[in-house]
Parts: sequence; structure tokens; C-alpha cells
Amino acid sequence: MAEQEVTLMKGNEAIAHAAIRCGADGYFGYPITPQSEVLETLAEQKPWETTGMMVVQAESELASINMVYGGAAAGKKVFTSSSSPGISLMQEGISYIAAGELPALIVNVMRGGPGLGTIQPSQSDYFQACKGGGHGDYHLIVLAPASVQEMADFVDLGWTLAFKHKNPCMILADGVIGQMMEKVVLPPFKPRRTDEEIEAECGSWATTGRKHKHNKNNIVTTLELRSEEMEVVNQRLQAKYRMLEETEVRYEAYNCEGADYLITAFGSAARIAKKAIEVAAQEGIKVGLLRPITLWPFPTKIIHELSKNVKGILSVEFNAGQMVEDVRMAAAPGVPVEHFGRLGGIIPSPDEVIEALKKKIIK
Amino acid sequence: MTREEIIQPENLVYKKPTLLNDEPMHYCPGCSHGVVHKLVAEVIEEMGMEEKTIGVSPVGCAVFAYKYIDIDWQEAAHGRAPAVATALKRLMPDRLVFTYQGDGDMACIGTGETIHALNRGENIVIIFINNAIYGMTGGQMAPTTLIGQKTATCPYGRDVKLHGYPLKMTEIAATLAGTCYVTRQTVYSVGAINKAKKAIKKAFQLSMEGKGSSLVEIVSTCNSGWKLTPEKANQWMEENMFPFYPLGDLKDNSTKE
Ligand SMILES: Cc1ncc(C[n+]2csc(CCOP(=O)(O)OP(=O)(O)O)c2C)c(N)n1
Ligand code: SF4
Repeated sequence: MAEQEVTLMKGNEAIAHAAIRCGADGYFGYPITPQSEVLETLAEQKPWETTGMMVVQAESELASINMVYGGAAAGKKVFTSSSSPGISLMQEGISYIAAGELPALIVNVMRGGPGLGTIQPSQSDYFQACKGGGHGDYHLIVLAPASVQEMADFVDLGWTLAFKHKNPCMILADGVIGQMMEKVVLPPFKPRRTDEEIEAECGSWATTGRKHKHNKNNIVTTLELRSEEMEVVNQRLQAKYRMLEETEVRYEAYNCEGADYLITAFGSAARIAKKAIEVAAQEGIKVGLLRPITLWPFPTKIIHELSKNVKGILSVEFNAGQMVEDVRMAAAPGVPVEHFGRLGGIIPSPDEVIEALKKKIIK
Repeated sequence: MTREEIIQPENLVYKKPTLLNDEPMHYCPGCSHGVVHKLVAEVIEEMGMEEKTIGVSPVGCAVFAYKYIDIDWQEAAHGRAPAVATALKRLMPDRLVFTYQGDGDMACIGTGETIHALNRGENIVIIFINNAIYGMTGGQMAPTTLIGQKTATCPYGRDVKLHGYPLKMTEIAATLAGTCYVTRQTVYSVGAINKAKKAIKKAFQLSMEGKGSSLVEIVSTCNSGWKLTPEKANQWMEENMFPFYPLGDLKDNSTKE
């Protein structure tokens, strides 16, 4: 086996490099801290001269997401990235992409809000990402990376899921993962798909302007004025979401065997939790970690199963308590579920996590 | 001569473009939208671009443009068509990409996308239907509503103290370095229709030659919004719209290298 090339880079840079290597057709974005390195890296790499990938600095996140809407409708592999305030601005477009059942990738490197907030890391967009965000009944597939390696890996995974299910996929990273430098093995180079390959894969719906096999023009629209028809559209979407809940849940279970307590955490909060679990083990406290990798669909079933064997669950998040609501819904009746988080861009230490566990759960 | 003998291909002087299907249009009688649709279909056909064109429809009365012209279409969010078109053209440079937008869509909520797409010199065409009102939502004030013009949200007439001035997006577009061809046309008479068609064709051709962005404004009627019969609407347009929105080319760099 060929030796894998290990490089050191930021999570944001890994996203950019991985996208080029995955055969991306286009990136459309607008600068915002802490994710500007995505566009900067792409601009520096000049993929339009090598793979032919297009990179456009848009005039706003509003424009970026609508460029993504356009590219995705043509069956192209397109993506955008931003951070919390920019993602808020994109919500109308995200709703259109979900309604149009288009495959797009959206990266949110979260910073603390509300409002302009802080440029420091946060996980306070969980609700926005997982519960809709924009208008209407829809869901994104939401992936939560906990390392620079996962930032790189989830680009390909995100597009694979997006194309497989014709659904927008979001990589929901926190500012820590975006800014942190770590070792990473980038994915192997995949050529961009040819026009013919896109037509073969997406010809039944993509607006490529070409003669389609079914001999009719393709129309991407999200408008349906007849309520009976619009209900059918919604029912189709809901059936897809139920199927995704059955088939696409991903998680990591760490130290759960024989654990007396369970921590749930995603992204960099899960890494801090892991450290806390190691420290707690030295004190003889047995704690397991359930890290959702897909925040939507949420790993409800496994949390329910694990909850039956523990005395309590602590949800550690860089927010005021968002994922904890889903953990509570998943947990078996009677199992105490509490939340611990720091706000405003503050990252809790492993000691703080243990202290919270003792105070709120062990008591 | 029998009727059958007369109906022969060599005697054909006019026919509906094939791309324009038989779906009954939802436009009000006298509305300019339908005429412009026909011109767009004719031009695409004459250019032989039937299998290489993507239209981007707006939010506005023309939202359903995709029902009538049998090309690939994408329906954009309100005002965002130029951003959608930017991506389509950048990712598929050999296709003809155009947007079709009303004044509310293009000159109000989508001002940012419009100016920046044009200024980047995207090789797209914006067809801009200026009827000085919001047709689809029931006749509210548009950025292009004339001073003194009555609408549902300025029932006593547009008052600059309250509502500011009408916006001339086409004049703005002509100042942008990225635009190649900027023109203002209308479709209220046979002569005007022929001119408008030439303008649309020129704009489409320039976009395929990679010369930059083009904007074709069509000063249009909205009988329902204006509450005028088709005939009166044309008259009102001539008397009130043309003096403020004068017809003709505002910029033509088509021969420049
Ligand atoms: C974000 C958003 N805001 C408002 C609307 C409501 N809306 C639909 S069409 C329209 C104005 C249409 O006017 P114009 O663009 O001039 O086109 P016309 O109908 O006159 O052809 C508005 C305000 C919407 N659909 N989306
Ligand atoms: S409301 Fe106005 S713009 Fe809309 S179809 Fe009727 S006349 Fe045309």
C-alpha cells in the first residue's frame, strides 16, 4: 500500500483541499471569521487552472447560497462555507435547496451569537441546523466533525449523502475545529465528473440545458400553488426524512461499556469530554461518551439503549442547552439528563466538565 | 384555391415558435409578459440554442415562465436570479443563461445581486420587465413607480417625501464596467416588438461570445395593477413611462474588442 501523505493544517484549509480533491465543480462564498481560510485556501490553490473548479467570492452570503442553488440544480458538486451570522443570512436559500431536493454542501464554522456576537468558537447553531433554520418543514443532513481529519473526510461524505438523497448536507463545525491545526491525510484525487457523467447521474432532474434522455425539459421549482399537490410534495419530503432517520445515523461510542454515567457531546466538546472521562476514570468514576456524528438524523435509538444502563446523562455543549433537548427525548424515562455549557465563545476545561458531572448528575 | 392548397410550408409567413407550448398563459389580457415570452422563445430557436439554454425565472408574475417555454428552467427566490444565473453560466460556459425579472424582483429586493452580477461581467442576460408596479402581489409600489402614480401602498400617489424617487436601474447598469450591452425597449407596437426582439437576440449572442453582461429592459404594461384597459394602458405608458424611461440603447460595446 502506498504510504499516506500526512500534512499539518487547519480544519478550514482541510475543507478546501478536500473539496478540490473530491472533484468539486464550484465554491461560492463570502468572508467571515472564523472560516475565511476556506475561500483564501481555494483562491491560493487556483483549482480553476488544474481541475477546472470554479471559485467565486460572492457579494454576500445571500448571493453565495443562491449561486449554490443554481449550481446544485445543474447537478454540479457545489458548496459554500460561512459562520453563524452568514449562515443566518442563507436560510431562505437553504430552504429553497431543501425544497428543490438538490444536492448541496454547506459548511458552518460556528461562532458565538446571538447577533454579531463573538468570533470565538461556539455550538449555538445546533437548533438552526437541525430543526429547520429556514421556513417550512425540511431537514438538512447535519455532520459534526470533531477533528481536522473529519473536516477533510466529511466533504466527500457530505456530497455522497447529498447526491444519494438529493438533500442539502451541512458540515456543522465549531470555530475550534475550523481554526485548529492537526495532522490530516487528505482524500485521494477524484476527477470532476464529465458532462456525460452528470447527465447519466442527474439527467432526470438537472437543469443542464441539454437534451435529456426523457426527452423533456427539466424544471427546478419550489412553487406549487395547489394545496393538494403541495401536501404531496411535503409528504414525499417527510418520507425521505423518516428513511434517513432509519438509515443514515452515525455516531461514535467511547468507553460506554460498563459506564455508570454518560456524556453526550459533539465536535470539539466531545474531545474535551473524552479528556474529562480519562481524568474521571483515575478517580474511579466510569463515564462513557456518545458523540453524534450525524446531528440530524439524531442517534436517538443508541442514546435510548445506553441510557438504560446509566445513572444519568450530561450533555456537554458550547451553548445554553440545545442538543440536550434531543438527548432528553431519547433517554429512557426516569434517567436524569442535564446540560453543561459555557457561552460567548468560552471553551470549558475537562475539570469543569467533571465538576459539572459531579454536581448535576452524581450529586 | 382551396384552404388546403393555401396551407403549405412555402406560404408560411408567421408561426408560433415551437418552444412556446400550448399551455394557456396566466397573464392578464394586455400584459407585456406574454409578448416578451414569445420573443425569447423565437430568439432561442433562431439561434439554435433549444438544447443549450437555461432560463432563470423570478418571483413575480413571470414566476411561471417555465410553464410556457420548453427549455430547462430554474425558479429563483425573490431577487436572486442573477446569483443563480452566475453559477449556471460559470459552471457551464457553453450554455445560454438568462434571467427574466420584474422591477420588484430585479430593481428592489435583488438590487445587490443584479449590480454585482452585471459588474462582474457575468456572461448572462437579464431581461427586465419594468411595469412600475408589483403585479403579482396585487399592485403595490415598486422602486420604479413614477412620482404621483397611485398604487395599493401609495394610494394617494408616489410622494418623494414619503417614498423617495423612482430608480433607474438600467441607467445604473450602463455605468458598470462589466456590462456590454444595455438597452431599453418596449413591446406595445409591431415596430417596437421587432426592435425588442433584435435587442434580445443581440444580448443573447453577446453573452455567448463572452463579451460580458447585458441588460434588456422592457418598459411594460400591467393592466391589472394600473387598473386600465389594454388600450388605455398602452396610452398611459406612452404618456407617462416613456418620458421618464426613454427608449433606446444606453450602452453598446458590442463592436469593441
Ligand atoms: C422574500 C420575498 N418577499 C416578498 C415576496 C412577495 N412577492 C412576490 S412577487 C413580489 C413583487 C413582484 O413584482 P415584480 O418583480 O415587479 O414583478 P411583476 O409581478 O410586476 O411582474 C413580491 C413582493 C416573496 N415571494 N418573497
Ligand atoms: S398583474 Fe400585471 S404584470 Fe401580472 S399578469 Fe396581470 S398585467 Fe401582467
